[in-house]
Amino acid sequence: MRIDRDKCVACGNCVSICPMGAIHIDPKAERATVDQDECVECFACYRGMSKEHLNPTMVRAIRKAAKFFRFRFDPEPDICPTDAIAPQELAWPRIVRRAFSDPQVPHESTGIHGRGTAEVKTNDVTDRVKEGEAGFVVEFGRPGVGARFRDIERITTALADIGVEFEPSNPVTSLMRDRSRGLIREDILDEKILSAIVEIKTPLGEAPRVLKKIENLRREVDTVISIGVSTRCDAHGDDPLGAMLAREGYAAYRGKTNLGLGRVTVE
Amino acid sequence: MTNTLHRYSEHYAVEPAPRPAPVRDDYIVFAMASKNINDDNLIEKYRAFLRLALKHNPVNIGDATKGGTIRPRSDMNPAAHWTREHRSDPQQVIDGVEGHTTVAAAFDNYPAMKAFVEELKSAGLGISINISAPMDDARRCCDETGIARHSVEYSLGFRGRVDKLPDATTLEISTMCGHGMISANFAKKMIDWVKENRRTPEEAVCYMARFCACGVFNPARAERIIRQACGLKG
Repeated sequence: MRIDRDKCVACGNCVSICPMGAIHIDPKAERATVDQDECVECFACYRGMSKEHLNPTMVRAIRKAAKFFRFRFDPEPDICPTDAIAPQELAWPRIVRRAFSDPQVPHESTGIHGRGTAEVKTNDVTDRVKEGEAGFVVEFGRPGVGARFRDIERITTALADIGVEFEPSNPVTSLMRDRSRGLIREDILDEKILSAIVEIKTPLGEAPRVLKKIENLRREVDTVISIGVSTRCDAHGDDPLGAMLAREGYAAYRGKTNLGLGRVTVE
Repeated sequence: MTNTLHRYSEHYAVEPAPRPAPVRDDYIVFAMASKNINDDNLIEKYRAFLRLALKHNPVNIGDATKGGTIRPRSDMNPAAHWTREHRSDPQQVIDGVEGHTTVAAAFDNYPAMKAFVEELKSAGLGISINISAPMDDARRCCDETGIARHSVEYSLGFRGRVDKLPDATTLEISTMCGHGMISANFAKKMIDWVKENRRTPEEAVCYMARFCACGVFNPARAERIIRQACGLKG
């Protein structure tokens, strides 16, 4: 993302909007500036901010007068008054940033809007995770910290070492150059993204071991990791996973429950 | 995407209190179709889901490709500073469904969520339906509506550089957009603006809701959190 310097009036609204804190007001230029290395191309500023189309010269003059008298500037906080935020053409490898950061861009490898697959959300019709299996969603950079693929690779290689199976249709898996070793393409390792989900599947009994492995690796990365773990319930709607997690001391207060109301309707 | 999975509450604090207060105002029900399995008549199925949701007074509904009931506008004018419309528009969500997406409804109370689930069960839309909520409440809802849970996914919270996370109040608000479109800095700014009496809690919540790209942000819970943080009565 970039800011059009001819239009920007340095109101600062976009500074707090940026989930990565990648925008600041350049004091010399008196314009908002995007740190291109930190920007993850999530489009939160461009799409989320409402837009006025005021004359930049007029707005700057008003702001200058208000500043002279030290009036408090109290604008609507979610508006770009001069429509100064401008997307830029993204080429490889930077385009990867948007694929993993802008939720309204479907990922080419999955066709799904978002950073992972449908996981167990459609398990009632896809049977992706079966009884006796555990599905893991290990999300890097969430919430609001961001991650680089170099960090993600540290974990995927360690997980590969213990023989986990990476979900083949997951976007991160599609960017691996060697799935058996969890190695990610070298040309994207320094790209920063808002978050990326690594999905793996193991036998249910292996879940504590995998979780322990991830726990032990948490200091290896310079970002946060959000962990979700899933399984299929039995015919009565019971699952052994909840009790297993409680035994291991994990907070598992919140989650998703697939109600099993989906069915095949396409002939 | 796990956009509703990791909504922060004090249960997930690095050092949680012995008995964290339950979250009783944040229930999401969402629907998702699968290609070539149950995506026939897809748009009508999604719209039926959303219309049924509206009967139970959700606090937000959304389409993952377009957003929720409160959206940004690209045609603002200076008068907006005094006459801005903050009202939500659920009809635009229903009308805007065009194809494959995830549709969702957020509720601020258990009975409404349960009544909606009951109605979905009867409607037999054939698409996958999920509850994203405290697991005990979701289980209770299934038991009370005669549904055997098919699959479950537990959030285990955050690991790694948790020192990079904002304070708990800010996190509780910002994680209600799991896609990360509501920045922690903006959530913090809105709390501060309410403290300074520059905006009301209702206005602050509307500003934030516009950034949620899929409509699962819960304005009622956000308002409650802001009021608590600012020492205001609900």
